[in-house]
Amino acid sequence: MTPLLSLRDVWVEYGDKIVLERVTLDVEAGSFVSIIGPSGAGKSSLLRLILGQESATRGAIFLDGLPLTPECGPDRGVVFQRYSVFPHLSALRNTVFGLECAKAPLSARLFGAARRAAVAEATEMLAAVGLGDSLHLYPAQLSGGMQQRLAIAQALIKRPRILLLDEPFGALDPGIRADMHALITRLWRDYALTIIMVTHDIREAFALGTRVLTLDKRRHDPHAPHRFGATAIYDLPLRKEATEAGVETTGEATIVASECRRDQEEKTGHG
Amino acid sequence: MRWVNRHIGRSNRLFLGALPILLLLLLYLFLAAQRHSANPFDKILPLPGGMADAMAALLFRPDQLTGQVVFWADTVASLQRLGLGIGIATLMSLSVGLLLGVLPPVRATFGPLVTCIAVIPPIALLPILFIVLGLGETSKVALIVIGIAPVMMRDIAAHVGALPREQIIKAQTLGASSWQIMIRVALPQAMPRLLHAIRLALGPAWVFLISAEAIASDIGLGYRIFLVRRYLSMDVIIPYVAWIAVLAVVTDLVLTLLSQRLFPWAHGTSH
Repeated sequence: MTPLLSLRDVWVEYGDKIVLERVTLDVEAGSFVSIIGPSGAGKSSLLRLILGQESATRGAIFLDGLPLTPECGPDRGVVFQRYSVFPHLSALRNTVFGLECAKAPLSARLFGAARRAAVAEATEMLAAVGLGDSLHLYPAQLSGGMQQRLAIAQALIKRPRILLLDEPFGALDPGIRADMHALITRLWRDYALTIIMVTHDIREAFALGTRVLTLDKRRHDPHAPHRFGATAIYDLPLRKEATEAGVETTGEATIVASECRRDQEEKTGHG
Repeated sequence: MRWVNRHIGRSNRLFLGALPILLLLLLYLFLAAQRHSANPFDKILPLPGGMADAMAALLFRPDQLTGQVVFWADTVASLQRLGLGIGIATLMSLSVGLLLGVLPPVRATFGPLVTCIAVIPPIALLPILFIVLGLGETSKVALIVIGIAPVMMRDIAAHVGALPREQIIKAQTLGASSWQIMIRVALPQAMPRLLHAIRLALGPAWVFLISAEAIASDIGLGYRIFLVRRYLSMDVIIPYVAWIAVLAVVTDLVLTLLSQRLFPWAHGTSH
């Protein structure tokens, strides 16, 4: 079975600054990959690469065995930390937008029966993320957590092959964040999603992921720190046990997590 | 209490806002009365009675030559030119601003041209307009358009260009094409800004209108003011200027209300 997404010896360079080097990675369908690492280790670059927002300087990326075009498309959904939703559209219209784009290339609007079907589908999706009561509110009227729920619904309605999350819960307070973790875990299972999530929060990475990737620089030149790029230094598959509260990592992985965290703290201390 | 913390209530605000205007009016009346006590035929600072007499002739008696009531004919002619000029400039700035803001190749090609046109003082182009378009209505409307459109274009282009990159990326992951991004993401978000740009352009638009009318016209508010200047008719000039101020304030208010009514999402509707 070919992996859903595969990166082969990928490098990302900006001028003479090397951000990512020799990244080789396979992501299986149905996995939940968390990406962690210190600031500036290329986590977001990797995500933008998979998203198609940037292209690799060297190397190849395959989605479903086909080379990935360096342009965003509906096969990859995304939720950013902020600005993921359109402020001028109500929650419902934000969600319907994805359906309208595909079906009405010229006007990007649907009418009559097609519109009713799209609205019904969007309403169902919004109910699934817990926004069933806020269909007609504008994003400015929603709280931060609700905006992220909306962004997730908006992305999922396109049934993307991969859902990319760029620190999606970073700006939320802890209580809301726990709700969002439960939500994303449920959606991941219900819709059989493949998720790649970049996060700063190591606990979150281990709590949600089936696999945790740590990006960092393998080599470090103190005189020219920009000449070495980051790559995956840890690639930890986690065994998952589904519980009522969601998914919890096993003891073994927790130990690795704490080691990993200590490792990171040392690194940030030096940096 | 510090002045920065003093909150002014609604009725107080009306009173405070009216205060300097009333004081200025009183000052004017005082000075006018003083001059008239020295010279009952003073023309420089006419008394309200004198202004009313002079305006009555223009307001209610039809002109012997044209059969039109001069004041209203002037108003209609000026507003027509202003409306046409602002209308054309608005359409131009919206379309050009969107194209420049959304599509990098268009911005690279035409951005410098728009900047070049924007830095030419429009009044310097007036002779060219008169030579090319004649002394009729076209050249006056053209002056207004040339005067305000480049600034508005740049404003809209900058606003659209400053839309969060995340939104444009998100739209693409929802399957939107360049055209769909333009009409569904950029256009609606440019609209409140467009109304704002019109409000800001109103001042310059009036300047260009009055200038064009002063130089070559046979009707219009600006024409009348510059015509009666020869007879030192301050009793006509002052009411005309006040009338122009009223028209400008009303337009501004209408645009503000329109923006709030049409685009509630842009005016901080919070929960």
